[in-house]
Amino acid sequence: MAATGLSTGPGQAGPGQLPGMAGPAGAAPGAWAGSAALGRLWRAVRSNRKAAVGAAILAVFCVLAAVPGLIAHDNPEADAYPRSLGPSAQHLLGTTAYGQDIFAQAVWGARETLIIALVSGVISTVLSAVMGIAAAYLGGLWDGGLNLITDILLVIPTFPLLIVLVAYLPNGGLVPLIAVLVITGYSYGARQLRAQALSMRDRDFLEAARVRGERRLYIVFVEIIPALTSLIVATFLGTAVYNVLAAAGLQFIGFGDPNSLSWGTMLYWAENNAALQTGQYLWAIVPGACIALLGAAFALLNYAFDEIGNPALRPVRKYRTRHDA
Amino acid sequence: MRFALRRLAFFVVTLWACLTLNFMLPRMMPGSPITAMMAKYHGRVTPQALQAIENAFGVDTHASLVTQYVRYLGDMATGNFGISLTVTGEPVSQVIKSAIPWTLGLVGVTTVLAFVLGTLIGILGAWRRGGWLDGILPPVFVITSAIPFFWIAMMLILLFSSQFHLFPPAGAYADTLTPSLSWAFVSSVVRYAFLPACAILITSIGGWILTMRNTMVTVLAEDYIRMARAKGLSGPRIMFWYAARNAILPNLSGFAMSLGFVVSGAILVEYVFSYPGVGYMLLQAVQNEDYALMQALFLLITVAVLVAILLADIATALLDPRTRAAR
Amino acid sequence: MMPNGSRPPGTAHAGAGDGPVLAVHGLSVEYALAHGTVRAVDDVSFELEPGEFLGVVGESGCGKSTLLFAIAHLLVPPAAITAGEVIFRGTSIAGMTDRELAVVRWRGLSVVMQSAMNALNPVASVAAQFADAMKAHGVTSREEIADRSAEVLRMVGIDPVHLKSYPHQLSGGMRQRTMIAMALLFTPDLVIMDEPTSALDVVAQRSLMVQIKQLQQDLGFAIIFVTHDMSLVSHFSDRLIVMYAGQIAEYGATRDVFDHPLHPYSAGLLDAFPSITGPRLPLTGIPGRPPDLSRPLPGCAFAPRCPKVSTACEITAPPLYRVGGTQVRCLLHADGRAPDD
Repeated sequence: MAATGLSTGPGQAGPGQLPGMAGPAGAAPGAWAGSAALGRLWRAVRSNRKAAVGAAILAVFCVLAAVPGLIAHDNPEADAYPRSLGPSAQHLLGTTAYGQDIFAQAVWGARETLIIALVSGVISTVLSAVMGIAAAYLGGLWDGGLNLITDILLVIPTFPLLIVLVAYLPNGGLVPLIAVLVITGYSYGARQLRAQALSMRDRDFLEAARVRGERRLYIVFVEIIPALTSLIVATFLGTAVYNVLAAAGLQFIGFGDPNSLSWGTMLYWAENNAALQTGQYLWAIVPGACIALLGAAFALLNYAFDEIGNPALRPVRKYRTRHDA
Repeated sequence: MRFALRRLAFFVVTLWACLTLNFMLPRMMPGSPITAMMAKYHGRVTPQALQAIENAFGVDTHASLVTQYVRYLGDMATGNFGISLTVTGEPVSQVIKSAIPWTLGLVGVTTVLAFVLGTLIGILGAWRRGGWLDGILPPVFVITSAIPFFWIAMMLILLFSSQFHLFPPAGAYADTLTPSLSWAFVSSVVRYAFLPACAILITSIGGWILTMRNTMVTVLAEDYIRMARAKGLSGPRIMFWYAARNAILPNLSGFAMSLGFVVSGAILVEYVFSYPGVGYMLLQAVQNEDYALMQALFLLITVAVLVAILLADIATALLDPRTRAAR
Repeated sequence: MMPNGSRPPGTAHAGAGDGPVLAVHGLSVEYALAHGTVRAVDDVSFELEPGEFLGVVGESGCGKSTLLFAIAHLLVPPAAITAGEVIFRGTSIAGMTDRELAVVRWRGLSVVMQSAMNALNPVASVAAQFADAMKAHGVTSREEIADRSAEVLRMVGIDPVHLKSYPHQLSGGMRQRTMIAMALLFTPDLVIMDEPTSALDVVAQRSLMVQIKQLQQDLGFAIIFVTHDMSLVSHFSDRLIVMYAGQIAEYGATRDVFDHPLHPYSAGLLDAFPSITGPRLPLTGIPGRPPDLSRPLPGCAFAPRCPKVSTACEITAPPLYRVGGTQVRCLLHADGRAPDD
């Protein structure tokens, strides 16, 4: 006869979970779940307006980063132009106090900013996944130990820590920057993934794999991780936002290499030349707007994934009937 | 009770971790910034102060690492952080004291304001699902929370200072005044603090609104909300006593965690506005290679955040009878 | 009525001559989903006499819980009542606002939900939740509230010392009884119960049912009892509605439906429960799955799974026919009879 009739509503958010993320979208067992999940994700992204906007912005920036030369013809580093010009036909966004074309700088700057965001995002997500899932699956002392490290790093205020770390490494380039971003940023995702992995630990399909005699590593890679796909993607997007903002912030204060070309360093030079006070507004506005747009793109995608994972959060249509009060 | 003890233990462990981090870092870095720094101290400090700095940074290589560590911990406990290079010759603890009230006022007040306002707006937005508030909230605030703090600060300066000359772009109060409780001084402080406060408020409120709304939406789908409606309870009563009271619990711990984020943003805002708070001082210290001051400030910020987290945990325990129950 | 809003125990409610406590006419409920509307409740009509115990059975997804929530005015968007009336003690309540309805709620009509752990506010004590309901209906004296709270707890066999407890501190059975006690605060005319025993073990189920029946006989309220467990409810109910795909499949006196099920679905349900006494028969179930309500079939909803299906069944949607005191939605009983409205 029929099942018990218990309805499944939006699940309770587990401990340490982002409120609203109640679970992976349609977690299904098996390795093929990975590709099925990705297919579902793609369809979901297409139909969700926020995700579409975010993805579009991200795509634009990726194009800028890949082929900047096609879009901006001027050399961003040559200070060959007249200084501090306003926008004009030759210089779409004007020039800096050093005679550089702002538009060219913005376009070329996309590359470094995007690289930082993506590389640190990927490494950070991998680290989160390893720390979180390993802790959940290995349990016992491993869980306690890994968890303690993660919790401590989670709680220490990141920016001051970043400043201290970078202060001791004044000659750092991209590599130390990415390294410190990863160390300070992985902990939030690790906590989320651990909580979700824990709640999955007793699910039937994992039990079945254990009974089949599969090795632990197999279970982790082939069963657990594909089921966590949407959460892992969400973690990546969240870290990407954090990395973009943190990197920009550091560069703004003058850490990292001030001679490199990225939006953060543009702002650094703008601030140093009192751009706002001297009326060179675009110099300050443009790179900041770019950072905000890129961050917003990741954030929109992240939020859309929250909605995809938890249908209760989706926009609700009011149903008008003749009994509506 | 057990819960509170556990959180207290975590607090102590994290504190210890930070102290140790502070201890190990200078000894691990490549190059010799420390020797360069030590050179700056020559002739300017008392022998005891010099000793403290050497302890903190491991300059005295005769003593074993463990001895150095113990001496270092002792110095930390007594508040002997060394001598500052930024305000030359002054003990670090004195220097810090002058900056704390500014940050506490600006960041402290603004954060609490952002939390309270954000939570209320989040509650209202979730309560009226499908209304206009719920429609615009997510996209608008997702975007505002992705904007860098310092850029908002710069834009605010642009608009209200450079263009319209409404608010001053730098400092904590007018140069012409001296600190006192007079109306002139206080109003000047408020005026100077207005733009920085707005910058922090605008960027941080989005996070609160969204997380509160999401939690509320999940809670509103629960059976006990339906039950409350069935009992004929009034709308506001259900909204606060049944929904919000439950929804705020995960938010409180979220509050603690994002405090670190707010602190980060506040540092940059202080920098942009040259606001003489703890964050601004930290950046100055780094630029002057005044490591003693820098480390002390780092410890201060960390301890403040840890205490806030501890308080939030205790508040959660008080509000949620499930954690109180010793099982 | 007593000052605290309840009736003196034992007094009858709307007496036998006062007309039905609840009359539902042609009720339909639809969910407005992204891919179309789903009709979860389709043209349901029935009447409930004072003190009557009505059971509503069906598979999960047949619309019985939705029906309950519609009657109790607890639907949330995207669900809404699209047709029909709900008349409680002579007043039509389906079109009322929450505020207008608040007067009737809990005093006249109360609800017991499926899982007490989810239906009770986890951060409020039992006493606070009882007091909530009473204060919302104008009972302000603290003494009165305390007295009545203790009284209802005793009625369900719980020591009033548990008023101070939080829901997570009580056992499952105690929580369910607490919910029932809460529902009886004002000795309402009608108590709607949505699978209140599903979360309990068999022994606790039975004792709870016995207690509910006893309370009903003492206090005289009517009950609508929704469950998927037909055998459980059949021992206690006066009349029975069997629902399928949001429609009434069969509706009649419990004994009649049990002894002579007219609809093949009801017969199938009964066959699925083996009898402890009697001959050993092979178990038969009902093949197939519940229908997809977003794509309703042109004919009878049960046709794909019916052992007695004919070609007419797949084309014509059968209306309800009256056979003796029972209504049944099946073409098998159509010969010569006019459909019963």
